[in-house]
Amino acid sequence: MTSSVRAELEDETTAAAPRMTLRHQAVAFVVMVAVLAVLPFFVYPIFLMKALCFALFACAFNLLIGYVGLLSFGHAVFLGSAGYVTAHAAKVWGWPPELAILAGTAAAGALGIAVGALAIRSRGIYFANITLALAQMIYFFCLQAKFTGGEDGIQSVPRGMMFGFLDLRDTTVMYFVVLAIFLAGFLLLYRTIHSPFGQVIKAIRENEARAISLGYRPEHYKLIAFALSATLSGLAGGTKAIVFQLASLTDVHWTMSGEVVLMTLLGGLGTVFGPVMGAFLLSTIEHYLAQLGAWVTIVQGVIFVVCVLAFRRGVVGEIARLIRKPL
Amino acid sequence: MRGTPIVSKLLGIPPQALFGQLLIGLINGSFYALLSLGLSVIFGLLNIINFAHGAQYMMGAFVAYFLLQYAGLGYWWALLIAPLLMAAIGMALERTTLNRLYHLDHLYGLLLTFGFALVIQGVFRHEFGSSGLPYPIPPQLSGGQNLGFMFLPNYRAWVIVFSVGVCLGTWFVIERTKLGAYLRAATENPALVRAFGINVPRMITLTYGFGAGLAALAGVLAAPIYQVNPLMGADLIIVVFAVVVIGGMGSIMGSVITGFALGVIEGLTKVFYPEASNTVIFVIMAIVLLIRPTGLFGRSP
Repeated sequence: MTSSVRAELEDETTAAAPRMTLRHQAVAFVVMVAVLAVLPFFVYPIFLMKALCFALFACAFNLLIGYVGLLSFGHAVFLGSAGYVTAHAAKVWGWPPELAILAGTAAAGALGIAVGALAIRSRGIYFANITLALAQMIYFFCLQAKFTGGEDGIQSVPRGMMFGFLDLRDTTVMYFVVLAIFLAGFLLLYRTIHSPFGQVIKAIRENEARAISLGYRPEHYKLIAFALSATLSGLAGGTKAIVFQLASLTDVHWTMSGEVVLMTLLGGLGTVFGPVMGAFLLSTIEHYLAQLGAWVTIVQGVIFVVCVLAFRRGVVGEIARLIRKPL
Repeated sequence: MRGTPIVSKLLGIPPQALFGQLLIGLINGSFYALLSLGLSVIFGLLNIINFAHGAQYMMGAFVAYFLLQYAGLGYWWALLIAPLLMAAIGMALERTTLNRLYHLDHLYGLLLTFGFALVIQGVFRHEFGSSGLPYPIPPQLSGGQNLGFMFLPNYRAWVIVFSVGVCLGTWFVIERTKLGAYLRAATENPALVRAFGINVPRMITLTYGFGAGLAALAGVLAAPIYQVNPLMGADLIIVVFAVVVIGGMGSIMGSVITGFALGVIEGLTKVFYPEASNTVIFVIMAIVLLIRPTGLFGRSP
């Protein structure tokens, strides 16, 4: 990314007091967990599970755009193909949900390595273009392949018993399993961003030539980050397939890739909590506009335009600027 | 031409099917070429990928439809008015919004035009639904020629000839005229060109307008072949992105040649291996990227 974007992003690495950063991020994390633990008793839990899956998806996507500076415009394929594999494993092979989700996650990871290896050789707009085109190729594959069920998708996937004792047919149990999966993914990403590996990818984003001169190989780091992002997107997709008992073309289509960009942008690129906020905000908006058909697209487009022109830090980015602490 | 039936007999394909698909391939190739040409020109100077290109193509077709429906102006007027109107709208868009983003990362330009595409397609879908509206072939170009081995509709021949003409004309202007020289210079080093007293911001506005106009022109050409549909540009534009990647971004001749060639290859795939006809262009893109990351005609960035 060029220097101008860096100025737009609030970056915790440059924060003067790392211990302070950790403390108030820990507070924010505890608040988030508390809210998410209480929310299902007030709000329709199926909706919350959908938002949580999208939140994990957006967090995984944010690892690339926010910390490596790569805009992938084809991330839906990792969400969607993991959904197909999970649904197929659970329904046709009769696997228990935890193994089915793992299979979907692994498939998305493998796909991520393949797509990433092709795409990371290019940068910026080229990268966005190439990921979009490769994703469209995989979309057409999913449309025509037999095991995906074409236009119908894979329907009535059994939720089953997780680890043999968690009955996922119970909505409350399902909700807390989804919450646990989301938090595990969230913490893994948080750890990654703040690890030495995370420092290197941020260094590559800031100045690739200098990172090379220091002896790092950007391709390796970018590929690992891409694969990790794809894997966690797959975790979100596999979980989503079990929750909704459905894997469909919607999750592989480029409109879904656009949505995850929008969630992350709305919440705040390169912020830890932004993608979660963005996913919940956008899911809420879409929930209320769902009956209005084409209006969803129009509103999404308007949010895109407003965010890009006037609101590039996103909701969490603006809050972070107000309290002068990175979130 | 006496040899061709033997060739097709050897391959077990009826010649009508083969030439029919070749023709469809050339038609699709014309649209790929026109659209990727516009994308390339815009990309060269503005450094943004114009995601709204598909929406502008769709709007071109709709302008033709409106002109016929509400003003009684036929195809030939549409061919003139739609590109000019869309160019004007494009220039207004560039002046009011896109030009605020040039100091930022180029990705923001992509996101902004993506947002515009969503709004435009959403509004048209809301107003006209997802089903297509018919647009008649102009009477001067109805009918066709029997070439012996196949039937060639006049309108399709016109689309191919006209597209080639527009592509060559654009290539000539950019590569062989003074204006084109300014344009190429501004692509290389806008600050320096500005220092020579050339109004680069105005050139950028005109370039974006020209690209949008080309998209609308393709839309008018497409209206009688495909139906006028709010989503006609949405999926097409992704294929065109792949065409631009294969040809090499920023190369004028590259995108034209690649556009036509890929249209033909896609048509042939429909004859010999129909299952892959949707994906063949993307597969070619993946292979090209492995061998030449900058595309067939692209320079290294």
